[in-house]
Amino acid sequence: MNEKKVFLESGIEVKPLYTQEDIKDSEAGQNMPGQYPFTRGIHPEMYRKRPFTIRQYAGFASPEETNKRFKFLIENGQTGLNVAFDLPTQCGLDSDHPRSFGEVGRVGMAVDTLDDFEIAFHGIDLDKITVSLTINGSAIVLMAMYFALAEKRGYDIHTLRGTAQNDILKEFIGRGTWIFPVDASVKLVVDTVEYCAQNVPKYSPVSVCGYHIRESGANPIQEMAYAFCIAKAYTDDTLKRGVDIDEFASRLSFNFDIYGNFFEQIAKFRGGRRLWAKIIREEYHAKNDKSSWMRMIAGGGGGGLTKQQPENNIIRSAYYALISTLSGTQTMALCSYDEAYTIPTEKAAELSLRTMQILIHEMGICDTVDPLGGSYYVESLTDRFEKEIKKEMKSVEEMGGIVVAVASGKIQEKVSRQAYEREKGIQNGAIPKVGVNIFQKDEDPKPVEFHLYNEDAANDQIEKLQRIKETRYGKKVQTCLEKLKENCLQNVNLMPAVMEAVKAYASVGEIIGVMKEVYGEYDEPIFF
Amino acid sequence: MKVLLSKPGLDGHDVGVKVLAYAMIDAGFEVAYSGLRKSIEEIVQKAMDIEADVIGLSILSGTHLILCGEMREVMDSHGLTIPWLVGGNIPHGDVDALLDIGAASAFPTGTTVEEVINYLKELEKKNS
Repeated sequence: MNEKKVFLESGIEVKPLYTQEDIKDSEAGQNMPGQYPFTRGIHPEMYRKRPFTIRQYAGFASPEETNKRFKFLIENGQTGLNVAFDLPTQCGLDSDHPRSFGEVGRVGMAVDTLDDFEIAFHGIDLDKITVSLTINGSAIVLMAMYFALAEKRGYDIHTLRGTAQNDILKEFIGRGTWIFPVDASVKLVVDTVEYCAQNVPKYSPVSVCGYHIRESGANPIQEMAYAFCIAKAYTDDTLKRGVDIDEFASRLSFNFDIYGNFFEQIAKFRGGRRLWAKIIREEYHAKNDKSSWMRMIAGGGGGGLTKQQPENNIIRSAYYALISTLSGTQTMALCSYDEAYTIPTEKAAELSLRTMQILIHEMGICDTVDPLGGSYYVESLTDRFEKEIKKEMKSVEEMGGIVVAVASGKIQEKVSRQAYEREKGIQNGAIPKVGVNIFQKDEDPKPVEFHLYNEDAANDQIEKLQRIKETRYGKKVQTCLEKLKENCLQNVNLMPAVMEAVKAYASVGEIIGVMKEVYGEYDEPIFF
Repeated sequence: MKVLLSKPGLDGHDVGVKVLAYAMIDAGFEVAYSGLRKSIEEIVQKAMDIEADVIGLSILSGTHLILCGEMREVMDSHGLTIPWLVGGNIPHGDVDALLDIGAASAFPTGTTVEEVINYLKELEKKNS
C-alpha cells in the first residue's frame, strides 16, 4: 500500500481506510436528528419537511432600486432577502461625508436616515418577507431603523422576524468594518441582544461569522473554535445583564465558510454542532433544546474561487452546495462564479440560484435525513473535530479569552500568517488548485461585464439627505442625540435612545458620531 | 528598500495586503503597513515620516480610479516623487488609466505575489 501520509488542512491525518473499529467508542450510534446533541441535524425530519432556505446576498445602490428588487423577488416567490449595505453605511458615515466620496451605493444600499428604510420597504409586508441585514459596526443603528420602521407601520415588533449579522468581534479579525474599541463594540452587540430578548424575541440579533475568520486565513478547526468563543463572549455578557440563557440563545445563529476538503467540511459542521449543543446545555445549563441548536447559513466560500478559468467556480460552488446540504445547513447562499473579481452580475447570481434549485429538486438530496450518518470515515472525523475544536477553544482561553486575543491583534497575526503560508503553498504547488497551479491554460484577460458605479444615484442620495436635514425637527434631533450621549456615559442599554433618534430622522453618521465622542475609535494593532 | 503598504478608502479587505507584507519581508524588504481605512493624506504623510522608498495601495472596493487620482494630487502637493503602486481588485481594463494617472505600476486581479516581488526587485536594482 502507498506509504504516503495524507493530512487535512486542519492537520488531521487521514487513513487509507476506515472501519467499524474507528467508531467503536463513538457516540455516533446513539445520535439521532432532532435530538440532543444534534450531530445529525437540528430537526427530526430535516429537508424532508422543508428544504434549506435560499438567501443570496444582494445590494443595490439606492433604497429606490432596492425596493424594486424586493418586489421582484417577492413576486417570484422568495421569502428571504440578504441586504448588502455600502461601505459608508457600514462604517457609520453619512453619504455626504468627505470620506464617503466615490463609495456611496457602490457595494450595497446607501442608508442615511429612516427615510431610506421607508423607501426600501415601501409596499412590502414585513410579516411576509424576512430580511437579513448584513451590518456590523453600525448594526445597532440599522437594527433600530428596522424596528422603528415596523413600529411606525403598525406591526407588533414582538412577532417581527429577521436577522442582523451584527458580529463585531469577527470584524476585527477579518472584513474590517469596525468603528469603536473592542470593549465598546461588544457592549453595543450585547445591547441589541438584550433589547431583542425583551422586545423583539423572534428576531435573530447576531449571526456569528466563522466565515470571514476562515477567509482571513483560519483553518477549519480555528474557524469553528473562534466563532464559538465569540458566541460565548456575547453570551457571557448577556447573562451578566440578567437575561436568562433560554431567552436569547436560540436566537443566536452562525455563518460558516465552505471550501477545501470535502469530508473535512462536513465533519467540521457535524462535530461543531454536537460541541455547541454540549456547551450550551452543560456550561450554560439551558433547558430549552432550541437554545443549543447550532443554526447556520453556509454555502459558498469565496476563498476557494479563482480568477483563473472563472467558469470552474460554477463547478466548485456546486460541490460546496452539496457539502452544505450533507452538513444539515438551515440556509444557503453561494458565492457567484465572478465574485473573485467583481460584484456578481445578474447572470452569475442566477446560476448560483439554479445550482441550489437543481440540488433540491433533482438530486433527491432532501429525501432522507443525514445520509452520511454512520459512515466510518465521516463519524470518526466528526468525533475528531469535536475534540479538536474544543482544544482550540481552550488555547484561546489561555490567551486571555477571545476579546483580549482580538484586541491585542494576536488572532489577526496568527491567521494572516497562515494566509501567507497558504498562498505560498498555492504558489509552490503544495496546495493543488485547478487552473492556477495545475491544468493552467493561457487566458486572455477577457473583457468582463462589470457592475458599474452609479454616480447619479450617489448624488441623489446626498441631495435627499440634505433635504431631510432641512425638513426634520432639528431641535428634536438635538434632544435625542443629547439623550443618547447621556446614555452612553451612564453605560445603560443604548437601544431605546437609538430608536428615538432614528425615529426623529437622525442620521447614521450623527448617531455613530455621538458614540465616537464617548467611546473613541479602535486603534488597529499593526504587526509589521 | 523600504515599502509602505497601505489601505486607502473604506474597504476592509486586508488579507491580500498582509500576505504581500509577509512575502516582502521574506524577500528582504523593509515593510511598514498603514492599517485600514486611511486617507490618502495620512498615507503620504506616513510615507514621508518613515522615509519610504515606495508606496503600495491596496484597493478592493472598486474606488481605485478615484483614490489614485487623489494620490496623484496629494503626492504633487507635497512634491513627493517616490514611485507608488496599486493592486487589489483592479480590472485589466483600468491598468492603463492608472498608469496615466501616475502609478509606477498597477497590478490587476489575479497578479501573483511573485510578480509583485519581482517588480520590486527590479525597482531596487534600478534605484541602486
